[in-house]
Amino acid sequence: MTRRGPLAFALRLVFIAAVLGLWELIVVEFDIPPYLIPAPSKVAFALYNGLANSLYPKHAWATILETLAGFALGCALAFLLGSIVAVFRTLEYFLYPFIVMFQSLPKIALVPLIVVWFGLGLTSKIVGATLVAFFPLMVNTIAGLRGVDEDRVNLMRSLSASRWQIFHMLQLPNAMPYIFAGLEVAMILSLIGAVVAEFSGADKGLGMLMQSMTFSMDIAGQFSILFILAVLGLVLNGLVTLLRRRVLFWDRSRDTDIQLANKGDML
Amino acid sequence: MDATVDRASQSSTPDLIAVHRLSLRYGRAASGVVALRDIDFRIPDGAFVAVVGPSGCGKSTLLKILAGLLPPTEGRVELRGAPIAGPRRDIGVVFQSPVLFPWRTVVGNVMLPADVQRLDRTAMQRRALELLQFVGLGGFEQRYPRELSGGMQQRVGIVRALLHDPAILLMDEPFGALDAMTREALNVELQRIWIQRRITVLFITHSTAEAVFLADRVIVLTPRPGTISDQFDVDLPRPRSLEVMNTERFGRYVARVRAALSARAEPAAVGTVLE
Repeated sequence: MTRRGPLAFALRLVFIAAVLGLWELIVVEFDIPPYLIPAPSKVAFALYNGLANSLYPKHAWATILETLAGFALGCALAFLLGSIVAVFRTLEYFLYPFIVMFQSLPKIALVPLIVVWFGLGLTSKIVGATLVAFFPLMVNTIAGLRGVDEDRVNLMRSLSASRWQIFHMLQLPNAMPYIFAGLEVAMILSLIGAVVAEFSGADKGLGMLMQSMTFSMDIAGQFSILFILAVLGLVLNGLVTLLRRRVLFWDRSRDTDIQLANKGDML
Repeated sequence: MDATVDRASQSSTPDLIAVHRLSLRYGRAASGVVALRDIDFRIPDGAFVAVVGPSGCGKSTLLKILAGLLPPTEGRVELRGAPIAGPRRDIGVVFQSPVLFPWRTVVGNVMLPADVQRLDRTAMQRRALELLQFVGLGGFEQRYPRELSGGMQQRVGIVRALLHDPAILLMDEPFGALDAMTREALNVELQRIWIQRRITVLFITHSTAEAVFLADRVIVLTPRPGTISDQFDVDLPRPRSLEVMNTERFGRYVARVRAALSARAEPAAVGTVLE
């Protein structure tokens, strides 16, 4: 995004307002039934109601908890396994078929199965979020640790550095840009994983709430929850970006674009 | 050998490095590529030796062997009489690119050998700051590499290689990636460092003028397989200024290197087929 000054920003707001106004107008004018597309005013009203009677905060909190727990667990495992695979080549040889198989598999499709295995409670949601968060970070960790300039390794070796020193003084900092790109994707994916797991069966959470609204034809309510999920995704992603700017102060090259070792890993 | 070498006690041994009948073959014995064959030379303590040759003549391979990063197929490399069997703490290496870590400050990069070899931090920090001052980088200690020009970055690379007071400085075309003017300035700078710090240098380059300007002794390497085709002493007074390059004597030395390089160029190609 390029900076264009306050006038452009104001115009942007006007444009958003215009789109919402047009939407409202079309729904009212053409008498579109609320179970198909609700008017923005109805969505806003549902949002206000849900937030005011603490129904949404309660369920949102459950979803946030599942997302963050799954993210933390998935990323910890991905970093650990990724490091082991990157450092020990022999192990990679044996693990590779499994990695390739799982890479080509849409992990999200496993989530309903996980609900069957782990039940309707919190556990299955965390496991689901863990599963989808795991792969992009593991692949990026491996790529980052491996993608070290040969001269840098030679420099470390010429100083008689140990394998561990080469790992934590060179490979790890070198992998950080990759790791953070992986973390950004993993954060969004764990939110998706948690919500899909809630769709598949849950006693609380925003996904479960949306599911129940489908049965009561509360489309305005569903739209209001979609809005919350979008805001949630934005905030969670923003947190990782903020952290990256702090940790990767020396890496100015990738401020805007998310670089992934394997884009096929999104889901 | 101890990491910190007392120079004074070593003054009786003339040869710091001795290379005997060194050969290196990549790949299997029958089908492999011979990168170096029968390399013989010595580096006296305190000398500045330049190895000059075209790309692909095995000069970088030679440096890797001396740095202990690559074991030779045949022959011996000795540092003060002891064979170089692996990376050593008393060798400093400067690479073609500065190889600085972008996440470390200038002084942090210079301190890398101290961190890796767990040397006394306070003493090394003092030495790092003093060396940076010495090469004109005072005031840049807390900057990050990306804030520095290419020439400044390579100075940091040199200072880093000098930090742990190595017995020898191995330099692999350190100024090859710089523009001609920066390169000449750094040649003068390197000579100054060499004179004032009284270090031993093995300098690898593909520039004949750079080799003659810097070195006491020039070794000419020709490719396929890498063989020494000539080696001679350069007898030009020190310190040399850039004007020395315009003198007739300098021209004669450069001509001698050129002759050694071209003499083997044609027969060498035939030799490859016969190999």
